[in-house]
Amino acid sequence: MSRDDAKRTDTSVLSIRGLTVRLPEGADRDFAVEDVSFEVGAGEIVCVVGESGSGKSVTAHTVMGLIPRKDLTPVAGEVLLQGDELLTKSETQLRALRGERMAMIFQEPMTALNPVMKVGDQIAEMLEIHSPMSAQERNTRVLEVMQDVNLPEPEQLFHSYPHQLSGGQRQRIMIAMALALEPGLLIADEPTTALDVTTQAQILELIKDIQRRHGTGVMFITHDFGVVAEIADRVIVMQHGKVVEQGAAAEVIGSPQHPYTRMLMASVPSLTPPAREAVDVERPALTARNLNKTYGSLGWFKRGREVHAAQNVELVVHRGETLGVVGESGSGKSTVARCIVRLIDPTAGEIMIAGNNIAGLGERALRPYRRDVQIVFQDPYRSLNPRRTVGQSIVEGPMNFGLTKQDAIVRARDLMNVVGLSPDALERFPHQFSGGQRQRICIARALAMEPKVLIADEAVSALDVSVQAQVLELLDDVRQRFDLAMLFITHDLRVAAQVCDRIMVMQRGVVVEQGRTAEVYASPSHAYTKSLLAAAPGRNTTFGAAAE
Amino acid sequence: MTDTPTSSGKTDELLAVPPSSASDPNLAVLLWRHPSIFWGGILLSIMVLIAIFGPLFTGDPIELNPIKRLKPPSGESWFGTDYLGRDTFARVIYGARVSLVVGLAVSIIAVSIGLVVGMVSGYIRALDAVIMRVMDGLMSIPGILLAIALISLSGATMMTVVTAIMIPEIPRVVRLVRSVVLSVREEPYVEAAIASGTKLHLVLIRHILPNTIAPLIVLATYICGSAMLTESILGFIGAGIPPEIPSWGNIMSEGRTYFQLSPWIIFYPGIALAITVLAVNVVGDGLRDTLDPRIARKM
Repeated sequence: MSRDDAKRTDTSVLSIRGLTVRLPEGADRDFAVEDVSFEVGAGEIVCVVGESGSGKSVTAHTVMGLIPRKDLTPVAGEVLLQGDELLTKSETQLRALRGERMAMIFQEPMTALNPVMKVGDQIAEMLEIHSPMSAQERNTRVLEVMQDVNLPEPEQLFHSYPHQLSGGQRQRIMIAMALALEPGLLIADEPTTALDVTTQAQILELIKDIQRRHGTGVMFITHDFGVVAEIADRVIVMQHGKVVEQGAAAEVIGSPQHPYTRMLMASVPSLTPPAREAVDVERPALTARNLNKTYGSLGWFKRGREVHAAQNVELVVHRGETLGVVGESGSGKSTVARCIVRLIDPTAGEIMIAGNNIAGLGERALRPYRRDVQIVFQDPYRSLNPRRTVGQSIVEGPMNFGLTKQDAIVRARDLMNVVGLSPDALERFPHQFSGGQRQRICIARALAMEPKVLIADEAVSALDVSVQAQVLELLDDVRQRFDLAMLFITHDLRVAAQVCDRIMVMQRGVVVEQGRTAEVYASPSHAYTKSLLAAAPGRNTTFGAAAE
Repeated sequence: MTDTPTSSGKTDELLAVPPSSASDPNLAVLLWRHPSIFWGGILLSIMVLIAIFGPLFTGDPIELNPIKRLKPPSGESWFGTDYLGRDTFARVIYGARVSLVVGLAVSIIAVSIGLVVGMVSGYIRALDAVIMRVMDGLMSIPGILLAIALISLSGATMMTVVTAIMIPEIPRVVRLVRSVVLSVREEPYVEAAIASGTKLHLVLIRHILPNTIAPLIVLATYICGSAMLTESILGFIGAGIPPEIPSWGNIMSEGRTYFQLSPWIIFYPGIALAITVLAVNVVGDGLRDTLDPRIARKM
C-alpha cells in the first residue's frame, strides 16, 4: 500500500480518513463505524464487504450525507470528495453535490424509482435540477445515457413507467440516472442483490464497462464474495464498524491475512459439489406427479391473466436425501414447495406422501398428513410470531396432534439442544435473537412435528455467509439424524452444490433438467442450466485458497 | 420423539443467547412521552366522574319551575334555566350520561361485530366478495337518515339510537380488520401455523387477532367521538333520545328558539360536548402515536 500511496491520493476521488460515526445511546455498540480510512481512486472499483451490521452502508450513506445526523453523528475524521470536505457541508451544499459529483444506486430499483413518473422524465429531472440545459437538450442527453447503459429502444423506454420494465432494466435506469451528470464517484449499495443471477452478471459487466469508459471511481458495497471476485480492483473488509483488512482484490481473496477475512473466505460455499454418500433409492418419502398450478383465471367480477406457475412437475425425494430445486425468481420453485405443503392448492396432479395422494384433500382430511411435511421459510424475521415466545411457537404443532403441554415442552427442550440453542431460550421472544438463531428456532419448530419431509424454502438466503455455513451444516446434520427427505429450494448455485444429492433446475414453471448434483454441475445439458452456471459470480475464483 | 439424542457432536457448543430484557415500557414512561394521552385521559376521566357522580349533587333535571323561566346563570342556578324553568346545570350533568353511554356502546358494539365480520371476510376468500358487497351497501346509507327511519319505525329509545348510529360504523371496522388480516395471513409465521395443523379458529385467534388490536383501539376512540356528535345531532333535530331524558342534543334543540334571549341554554351543553369529543379524540391521537408510530409519521 505504501508504494503507490502518494500516487493514489493525487488521483483519488474519495478519501475517507479516520471516520468515526457515533450510534445513538442504547445501541449494541458505541460507534457505527470507527476510525475507517480508505481511498477510492479514479477509474477504480473498490468493494466494501462485510456482514450485516458491519457498518458498510453507514459509511456509504455518510459520504452521500444521507444519514440522519440526529441519530448517527460523525464525531471524528474527514471525508474528502475530490479534495472537498463533505462532513462540514450544509444540506443545501450536499444536495448540489449529489448527482453532479457523486451519485448512488440502491439495492431495490423498484422502490428507488417514482412509480407514477415515466422513467425518461425521471432521468431528465436530474438534469433539470443540476444543469442549465433546455428541454430539448435534456431529452437528447437522456436518450444518450439510456443508450450508454445498453437499454434497448431508448425512445420507447423513455415513455415507460417503472412497473413496465424488468428488474434489470430498472437497475439500468437507476445507473443511467446516476451517470447522467458524469459524477466522479458512484456509490453502489448492493445493486445486484435483488436481481437474478443472469441479470446480475449483465449489470456487473455494465458497471465495469462504464467505469472503464468514464473513469468513474466506484465504491461498491456487497456481502457477496462472488460479486467481489467478479468486479473489485481493491477490497475493504469491515467487521463491527472497523476496517479489518484492505488490499488488492486478488490478494484479499486469494490469501487473506486477518482471521475474520479468512473465516469469511472459508465460509463461501464452493461451486464444486463435494462427494456425497449414495442414497438408498428404494424409500421414496415424497413423490409429485404431473403437478400443476395455474394462477389467475375467473372470478365473479374480473377475469385475470392466466399464469402457469408450475407445469407438469415430476419429482421424487427419498428418505435421507436432499433434492435441490434451483431457478431464478418466477421459475415456480416456491410454488412447487407451497403446493407440497398445501399452503396453496395445486390445480392438477398428485402429491404422494406415505402412499397417499394429498393433492386434493380438504382441510379436515389433510390434517393427519400435515405433520409429515414441514417447511422452513426464507425470512427469519417474519417466520416467528413476534407476540409469542419461542417455546409457544415450537409446542403449538405437537399439541395440535394431541401431545400434552409437558411432553411438548420436553420435546422442545431436546430440540433446542439439537439446533444448538440453550433450552432456556424457550421463554424468550423472537426479537431477542439474531437472524441465524431464529432460523435455528424455525428448524426446531419444524422438527418438533417429527416430519418425514422437510422443505427449506430459501432457508439460508437471508443469512450472512458465515451464519449461512452454520445453518447449512445444521440442516445436513438433522437430515442425517432424523432420516429426513429434504427439498432444498434456492437461487444460489453455490449453496445448492454443497448440500444437494440431486438437483432439479426450473425455468418459467417447467423442470428443464434433473440429475445428480455433481453431474449437472460438471456437464449441464440444458442451455438454461449452462447460462445459470456461466453467470454465477466468481465461478473461476477459489476463495482463501492460499490461506489454507 | 423417543429416540431424540439430546445433543450431537457437531452442536455441542450452544450458541450464546442474548439475556432477557424488559421489553414493556412502564405506564408512567408511556404517559410522559405522550402527554396527549395523559391530558386527554384526565379530561375524559373528569367527564366520566361527572356523569357517574354529578347527579348526586345537582337538583332534579326535569323539575319544572315556571316562576324562574329563562333566568341567566346565577349563584342559585349556575348555568341558568330554560323556558320551563328547569336547571340547565343539572340537565347538562345528566346529559353527560347519555353522551358517554351512547359513545361507549356504539364503539364497543361496532368494533365487536366488525372484528368478527372482518376476520371472516379477510380470511375466508369464498365469503369475502359477498360480505364486502354487503358492507358497501351499508356504507352507502347516510347514518342520520337511517336513524330517523329506524326511530320513526320503532320509537325513540336509547336502544334504537345506539343501533342506528352503530350500523353505518360497522363497515369502517370491517374494512380495517380485513386489511390487517389480508396482510398478516401471508406472513410466514401464519403459514407455519397452518402447516403444523393448527385449526382455523386458533390461527385466527392466536396469530391474526393480536395484530388487529392496536389499530382497532385507535378506531374505537374515533367512533366513540363521532357517535357522541351524531347522538347530539339526532337530539337536536328531534329524532334522538326522548325529550324526557335530558341529552346535550335535545337541550340545545329546545334552547334553539330562545338562542338570542338566553344563549346559555345552548352554550353550556355545547361546551360540554366539545370538551368530551375533544378529549376522546386527543386520547385517540395519542394512542395512535404510541401503538403505531409508522402511521403517526405519515399523517
